[in-house]
Amino acid sequence: MGLTLTQKIFSAKVGREVKAGELIEVDVDMVLGNDVTAPVAIKEFEKIGKEVFDKTKIALVPDHFVPNKDIKSAEQVNIVRKFAKKHGIVNFFEVGQMGIEHALLPEKGLVLPGDVVIGADSHTCTYGALTCFSTGIGSTDMAAAMATGKAWFKVPEAIKFVLKGNLQKWVSGKDVILYIIGKIGVDGALYKSMEFTGNIKALSIDDRFTIANMAIEAGAKNGIFDFDEITEAYVKGRAKREYKVFERDENAEYSEVYEINLDEIRPQVAFPHLPENTKNIDEVGKVKIDQVVIGSCTNGRISDMEIAYKILKGKKVHPDVRLLIFPATQEIYLECVKRGYIEEFIKAGAAVSTPTCGPCLGGHMGILAKGERALATTNRNFVGRMGHPESEVYLSSPAVAAASAIAGYIVSPEEVE
Amino acid sequence: MQGKAIKYGDNIDTDVIIPARYLNTSDPQELAQHCMEDLDKEFKNKVQEGDILVVGENFGSGSSREHAPIAIKASGISCIIAKSFARIFYRNAINIGLPILECREAVEGIEEGDIVLVDTDNGSIKNLTKGTEFKAQPFPDFIKEIMKYGGLINYVREKV
Repeated sequence: MGLTLTQKIFSAKVGREVKAGELIEVDVDMVLGNDVTAPVAIKEFEKIGKEVFDKTKIALVPDHFVPNKDIKSAEQVNIVRKFAKKHGIVNFFEVGQMGIEHALLPEKGLVLPGDVVIGADSHTCTYGALTCFSTGIGSTDMAAAMATGKAWFKVPEAIKFVLKGNLQKWVSGKDVILYIIGKIGVDGALYKSMEFTGNIKALSIDDRFTIANMAIEAGAKNGIFDFDEITEAYVKGRAKREYKVFERDENAEYSEVYEINLDEIRPQVAFPHLPENTKNIDEVGKVKIDQVVIGSCTNGRISDMEIAYKILKGKKVHPDVRLLIFPATQEIYLECVKRGYIEEFIKAGAAVSTPTCGPCLGGHMGILAKGERALATTNRNFVGRMGHPESEVYLSSPAVAAASAIAGYIVSPEEVE
Repeated sequence: MQGKAIKYGDNIDTDVIIPARYLNTSDPQELAQHCMEDLDKEFKNKVQEGDILVVGENFGSGSSREHAPIAIKASGISCIIAKSFARIFYRNAINIGLPILECREAVEGIEEGDIVLVDTDNGSIKNLTKGTEFKAQPFPDFIKEIMKYGGLINYVREKV
């Protein structure tokens, strides 16, 4: 019996063929933490009483409550900053150089095809877009890995998604993943790997990052794409070390196989309070909104900014709506400045922010009051996710979000063209 | 371990277990003060040392924040029985030494307030109030080993 992509990567690490269900210990290529999870990990790490396993293979990215929202969060970041200095951590990213971790690490070439990456943030699965195994873990796992360079895993079974056809106008990776989660549910891939194959050429690398990012919203251990020339073009010039390309075995065993016809996917909106509550844009009805957020580790990349720019250029944000735009990294922010996007965003009436995870998790920079409703390009719409427990979050692509900011209620981009 | 059952439903996510607005601290006692508050404002008052949390499908979905199992453990909960767990929460609970078991039948057979006796070594769950017994899959040896040391850090310290 052949192996899935994830099983191939694990087998190479272990040095023999591994089977689904087996518990294994593997060397990791990168360990990630942020200002929420790293302080807990640092406390646990200190109990082990060892040096870090490799100063170049740990990334510390304070991005959740930065620029610091209060004294407590400043103290948390300071724990991380001091730890990075003390241990000579090469990849510590201070405000001014940083970005939202899952946009930043691929951009800097710190995660590459064939790697095993663990991060104390659930959306670490994003890097599967680059044909590596990456998954979210907790702080204690992070602490143990910082000391030993290893992590334990149960080798997952996989679900195969075979993509067919092409994306229609105004449809992007976000619609594809919301459509899939709507189909399989928030525990549809529990403990499993989601492997994406078929006509993946229909998807840009940014689309793939968005899709892999939300694999966790289906409960998956990881999401992973085949390697192709689009992957290669992205890592070229960024990779500062060798990487290894893996291919799935044709006769690999999958617990389920889904054919996804991209032609049939319309813009999607996930209703509160679960990402599986998806509706086709044509079935949404008139949902009035108070706030729109474009950004996050899911949709804060340059192509997301580009689509928002195209829709907002020369238009005005509805007077009853607050539009917040967050380019995901400093590099993306600068590119937006160079391309003239920021000027148009501000002219349209948007507030543009330095990179931060703040609004996505109701941390800061865009908290909702009781009864308020937001449409966001973020990844979760759980109860109280963006503020008051009686507020609501709807999820969509940047195209739907930008169009809706103009209309004042959730609409298809076709309606504001 | 033996305790009174506190019961909730499916898809209880980490944002509900410990809302992000409290993540600017990692102090277990402070986190425990806000555990479950968006789902059940009374949780803090009704939970007693040793109580057992009985929940539905996909418990702990969402964020990797270890603050979630830390808050539950610091609240006094001695064990969680679920129909299924989200995977990061599952390993976080194991890693911090919070016993958790998956057993669909037990969840259906236990009501809020029932007194439950759990043996994680062999996976046995007894509902002492109703006089019924259930069997969960016991932990694999590797996880038993981590639990024996009280969590991953003690385990690593011993082994490295």
